[in-house]
Amino acid sequence: MKILVCISKTPDTTAKIAFADNNTKFATDGVQWIINPYDEWYALVRAIELKEADASTVLHLLNVGGTDSEPIIRKALALGGDEAIRVNTDNADPFYIASQIAAVAKDGGYDLIFTGKETIDYNGSSIGGMVAELLDLPYISHATGFNLEAGKAVVVREIEGGEETDKAALPLVVSCQKGMAEQRIPNMKGIMGARTKPLKVVEPVAAESYTSVASYDLPPAKAGVKLIPADNAAELVRLLHEEAKAI
Amino acid sequence: MSVLVFIDQSEGQIKKSSYEAASYAAQTAEKLGTVAEAIVLGTVADDLAALGNYGIKKVHTVADASLNNFDAQVYAKVISQAAEQTGADVVVFSNNTSGKAIAPRLSVRLKAGLVSGAVALPDTSNGFTVKKSVFSGKAFANITVSSAKKIIGLNPNSFNISTTGGTAEVAALSVSVDAAKVEVVSVNKVNGEVPLSEADIVVSGGRGLKGPENWNLVTDLAKLLGAATACSRPVADIHWRPHHEHVGQTGLAIAPNLYIAIGISGAIQHLAGVNRSKVIVVINKDPEAPFFKAADYGIVGDAFEVMPQIIDAVKKLKGVA
Repeated sequence: MKILVCISKTPDTTAKIAFADNNTKFATDGVQWIINPYDEWYALVRAIELKEADASTVLHLLNVGGTDSEPIIRKALALGGDEAIRVNTDNADPFYIASQIAAVAKDGGYDLIFTGKETIDYNGSSIGGMVAELLDLPYISHATGFNLEAGKAVVVREIEGGEETDKAALPLVVSCQKGMAEQRIPNMKGIMGARTKPLKVVEPVAAESYTSVASYDLPPAKAGVKLIPADNAAELVRLLHEEAKAI
Repeated sequence: MSVLVFIDQSEGQIKKSSYEAASYAAQTAEKLGTVAEAIVLGTVADDLAALGNYGIKKVHTVADASLNNFDAQVYAKVISQAAEQTGADVVVFSNNTSGKAIAPRLSVRLKAGLVSGAVALPDTSNGFTVKKSVFSGKAFANITVSSAKKIIGLNPNSFNISTTGGTAEVAALSVSVDAAKVEVVSVNKVNGEVPLSEADIVVSGGRGLKGPENWNLVTDLAKLLGAATACSRPVADIHWRPHHEHVGQTGLAIAPNLYIAIGISGAIQHLAGVNRSKVIVVINKDPEAPFFKAADYGIVGDAFEVMPQIIDAVKKLKGVA
């Protein structure tokens, strides 16, 4: 079994979201960078669990990003994985990124490709599906559970108002979310070991970019809260009905 | 040239988010001086001609029963044939779980730039730019699409359904349908509950409710209001509530008309998932809870004293004894 986990670098969940250069660039001053939580907590940890269950499993991590991605790649290697590959580019267009992942995966002989369901910065949910199409593989998105049974993948995925259980042969692309696994903290042995694990840097292949960010906007600020006394909570219901017309 | 919208169905019924996507497609078509058509896959019980009421001129159907088994690969291939046959330049999806699985695949097939999470009609005054939600609801990005063909994934509850009157022509489309590689083994739906992503009203509980045994305060109000229920991350993590109810930065991002948060302090990660809600109500006993800053209405008080009053008042309003 050979698994590829795609990891992305995103701002920390508590990062202040502000923009620079006339609202055309994300202001990165003072921002802490993390592994995209969906990639780390669910895709990577589930892949590590599969490797723990079958020691012959080979686990590769893949990041498409610049040299500033290396700290988060080392952190991912501290959690687990045999080696990492970084495709050296700052291009953020989803199709361009998916093309890079597909180029690495094409000759890699991977049985499984895991991604997070989306990144917490662009919220695109695009990469897994694009990679699957580029490689002509089946794709199961929003997975909350993953198991191998007699060489086939049994995947539970979220649907509106419930869940669905799917079965598919490998190779397969899966996007992962909450429920797949539990967040782990790297231990000292992992952190020390990560320093010597191979991190290969490859140059990007030629690919199209179809989208670009023209500008960013922040949502308008709220007017301020209208407080209702706790002993007159029925007044809230009146306001929601008559003023906000929300119920 | 036309705009094609994918109408998503579940168990033969059209999803509410698909009506939003239909309205969005019709208004996009109007901007581009063309017409909106729809594609429906699988067997549907709903009256498809009624999509005309949302501005759709023609509905293409592929009533192949094998399409009731969802496989994004098969769906993308069928929709790409439909897009070619109808000459669609823009394809619209609802950015729900099906749309998120199909649209990226279609993007590759059609060499079309994809904007997922759109919250407004495209700006066609200078090129083709679509506003989308980014940073988990904390900001918006205006994305310029440079490819000839475009795909838009519309965020649920972000665009008002508008009805125009009219009836759509319904016709079967001749396409090839591949055998699915993903087999749907079982579907487990919570019957009678409103899907969280589509709900107009969401009632949500946090650790302030002290334990799962007190969740009737949330579910009773939700039932009266026809609302979906949600929870904060710690509540899902300690298994008081199922994972799929978790809203926030690493859970589901929602944009209901009304969000009622009970016993949730409003950490920045939680706010990210709910701050696109139109009206936010916060009930928390801590006056310093950060959520009050993001709220429209608030009550500083003990949920165990406040909620029964609210439930009684809603019962009176709804005429429930």
